Amino acid sequence: MEWEVVIGCEIHSQLATKSKIFSGASTAYGAEPNTQACAVDLGLPGVLPVLNKEAVRMAVKFGLAVGAELTKRSVFARKNYFYPDLPKGYQISQFELPIVGIGHLDIELEDGSTKRIGITRAHLEEDAGKSLHEDFHGMTGIDLNRAGTPLLEIVSEPDLRSAKEAVAYMKKIHSLVRYLEICDGNMQEGSFRCDANVSVRPMGQKELGTRAEVKNLNSFRFVERAIDYEVERQIDVIESGGKVVQETRLYDSDKGETRAMRSKEEANDYRYFPDPDLLPVELEDDFIEMVRSTLPELPDAKKERFTEQYSLSTYDASVLTASREMGDFYETVVTASGGDAKVAANWVMGDFSASLNKDNKEISESVVTAEMLAGMLKRIADNTISGKIAKEVFEAMWNGEGDADTVIDKKGLKQITDSGAIEAIIDDVINNNPKQAEQYRGGKEQLFGFFVGQVMKATQGKANPGQVNELLKKKLNS
Amino acid sequence: MHNKTIAELSAGLKNGDFSSEELTRSFLARIEKLDPQVNSYISVTTDEALSQAREADKRIAAGNASALTGVPIAQKDIFCTNGVKTSSGSKMLDKFIAPYDATVVSKFNQAGAVMLGKTNMDEFAMGSSNETSFYGPVKNPWDLTAVPGGSSGGSAAAVAARLAPGATGTDTGGSIRQPAALCGITGIKPTYGRVSRYGMIAFASSLDQAGPMERTSEDCALMLNAMAGFDERDSTSVEKDVPDYTASLNDDLKGLKIGLPREYFGEGLDSEVAKVIEASIEEYKKQGAEIVEISLPNTGLAVPTYYVVAPAECSSNLSRMDGVRFGHRCDNPADLEDLYKRSRGEGFGAEVKRRIMIGAYALSAGYYDAYYLKAQKLRQLISDDFKKAFEQVDVIMGPTSPTTAFNLGEKSDDPVTMYLSDIYTIAVNLAGLPGMSVPAGFVGQRPVGLQIIGNYFEEARLLNVAHKFQQASDWHQRAPENFSD
Repeated sequence: MEWEVVIGCEIHSQLATKSKIFSGASTAYGAEPNTQACAVDLGLPGVLPVLNKEAVRMAVKFGLAVGAELTKRSVFARKNYFYPDLPKGYQISQFELPIVGIGHLDIELEDGSTKRIGITRAHLEEDAGKSLHEDFHGMTGIDLNRAGTPLLEIVSEPDLRSAKEAVAYMKKIHSLVRYLEICDGNMQEGSFRCDANVSVRPMGQKELGTRAEVKNLNSFRFVERAIDYEVERQIDVIESGGKVVQETRLYDSDKGETRAMRSKEEANDYRYFPDPDLLPVELEDDFIEMVRSTLPELPDAKKERFTEQYSLSTYDASVLTASREMGDFYETVVTASGGDAKVAANWVMGDFSASLNKDNKEISESVVTAEMLAGMLKRIADNTISGKIAKEVFEAMWNGEGDADTVIDKKGLKQITDSGAIEAIIDDVINNNPKQAEQYRGGKEQLFGFFVGQVMKATQGKANPGQVNELLKKKLNS
Repeated sequence: MHNKTIAELSAGLKNGDFSSEELTRSFLARIEKLDPQVNSYISVTTDEALSQAREADKRIAAGNASALTGVPIAQKDIFCTNGVKTSSGSKMLDKFIAPYDATVVSKFNQAGAVMLGKTNMDEFAMGSSNETSFYGPVKNPWDLTAVPGGSSGGSAAAVAARLAPGATGTDTGGSIRQPAALCGITGIKPTYGRVSRYGMIAFASSLDQAGPMERTSEDCALMLNAMAGFDERDSTSVEKDVPDYTASLNDDLKGLKIGLPREYFGEGLDSEVAKVIEASIEEYKKQGAEIVEISLPNTGLAVPTYYVVAPAECSSNLSRMDGVRFGHRCDNPADLEDLYKRSRGEGFGAEVKRRIMIGAYALSAGYYDAYYLKAQKLRQLISDDFKKAFEQVDVIMGPTSPTTAFNLGEKSDDPVTMYLSDIYTIAVNLAGLPGMSVPAGFVGQRPVGLQIIGNYFEEARLLNVAHKFQQASDWHQRAPENFSD
């Protein structure tokens, strides 16, 4: 039987506010345990939450970016359950009236077509703390630094039909929240976390199959693997006569499989009700328009512009607009170099991106700035160096040896463009290889490359390749 | 000195008739001597009180005293007080030393008031008799076999017994007004949002409101001046200017329209209590007030509505008492579930457990619509009753409680009968209105309170209406026999 895969995603995106959603404590990552948890975060008797307006602004910004209906009067609710890292015994979240209503996002499929994915809702909530089980000898340590960190939970419609589509959707959201500067997107630190609701149904069937929620997906690679595993598992279960159980499953990245959580971990009646400590969030039109005016150019619009303005292919444009930083970097390079946009694209997507990947660095951490790369491209354009030598210059810049001019100067990489000097070297090479010269002149034209290589070797690659070709041809044919 | 009002003490301190330290010592001595009979205090903060008193004396000498500088008061043990045990009347918090001050507490500290100690109360403010306290019941100073009312029973008894000239209380369904009535003192529950709830251990967040409990309306005005106001740490507090509540105390009552809801004078009201209330209404007529009979048709729904809303909120509010970070923790928990079950099982008393269970049930899947949501709708109907009434009248009057103080143990095994003792006060909380109780007379030796209900943020008018009554009566000046000297 042919099976259709149906996936919906829930993404928890940590909002990049300075302080927590309901208290003034800092949200910075990595502090000593419990040093960033104030009385409110600890859930001491008598404390009250006060909503951080920044979190509201960021949620609205997201809503506008996905063309969503904004809820003019959204309500915070309490989700009640006991857990040691949940200090109040309830999480403040939004239930019936989330701040962001129905919206959508377009993703690109592998065949180059686009697909519209529905966004059901996005709501604000507070994060819990962390339970630490290691180093406590049979006990559990509780770190409440993360408790109260603002999250935007973005829920998609079950519109995704494969693990690859799910990954494309998550990457698009990931890129979007960073464009909007509402989330740092750091998946290792848990700033961006995904859960996937996966089900399968016979191709052509209308009703959805029973779904399993797969949690704990903290990289795009894991998302793809976990969904693929889960799809296989569900098909196996059904084809061997069983039934898929609605449950929460954890992805184990070491084993590459999903496993059901103990039923105790999820058998909860959360007893949601509106939080009487917080007023409904009223969104005024003026506020919404103010936020709208701060929206940056969004990825799709920027991609469109890149293909037109810089004559880039759709592929190049989408790579260069995958993140706001990448797009900004590229545009700075083009503007500062004043040269060929395609050459700039090749360098940014090529050596520059490869170096970032190799050293596992963000653009913001790169030693080579857009201005430095542009400076190097200028030296290619004015023939000071060849494209080949440029790779050496780039590597030196990457290693912190200074800007292009400094490196060229220090290493003596300046291209030899003096035709007298090049001619002298060519003469030497021809004289030293009389046999080959004879063969060439006898019609073995493929030996031309040999002579070019010899000349470049003799000049340590610094001779202008165009000139070498031209002069060599003249000499050999004379 | 203990028979003086706060207004008189304030004048005496400024005059140099006595120092705050002398005054404080005299109250501390009275508490030591007499409180064992009443049990109105959970903690007496002798050292802190004396050091605050000495500070106050310096401030008075320096000439920058406020009306409350140097005046000793008691705080209900529901308010967090930095460095001092804050138990909320529960074993659960018996060892909880609050690491911060409630907004109400810091406002009194800024005003220079002296805290004598923390008063007894029903556990987590759940009760109408002060019998659910982990620290034992409070006795009514007028009759030591009677309850003082609750949940602010310790504050009411302390003020009635002259063990403090004034105290704070909190009122979720009548917890200031009912004990004030039963102990023959004056108390006001302000409009919801008038006084900050920050640092006040929550019972039912949408109903809880702090207010003062004193012997006179004038003293309530002085205390409310210090307590009221917007607090950025409480989102439900209202950003609205606070008037000087003493300014309009003496306004004339001629033409004042007083509504008497017929539902407050029907079945269930003790006939002797009714007579006292009727007599006090006569006094208002004498002062030129106009009496209008009105109806609050949904009055009968108030108690059932309240006993869904309040337990629902408390079931969630008390979840933080889990034995993990503070409060009672059971010995040697076997695992997490055992830790929760035994810590909470041992830490909470029977009434608190009952309400947590009712509340969790009302909020649970499949019952939410029938209980919680329905109760919210009824709450709106109850508010609408008052809204209509205030189109006709300026204030509403009636009994605070259907009976005088009942005997200790009389209702403690019958929760529903106990709940009905708040039948006239609960609707006011559901609507968020200000309400007050004023001493209006006695049945035998037990006091009766007149309830005055006002429109939103009309505390000044309530205090004025109460003050004018007190100018013409002496019920509020009477002292229980064993505590008068």
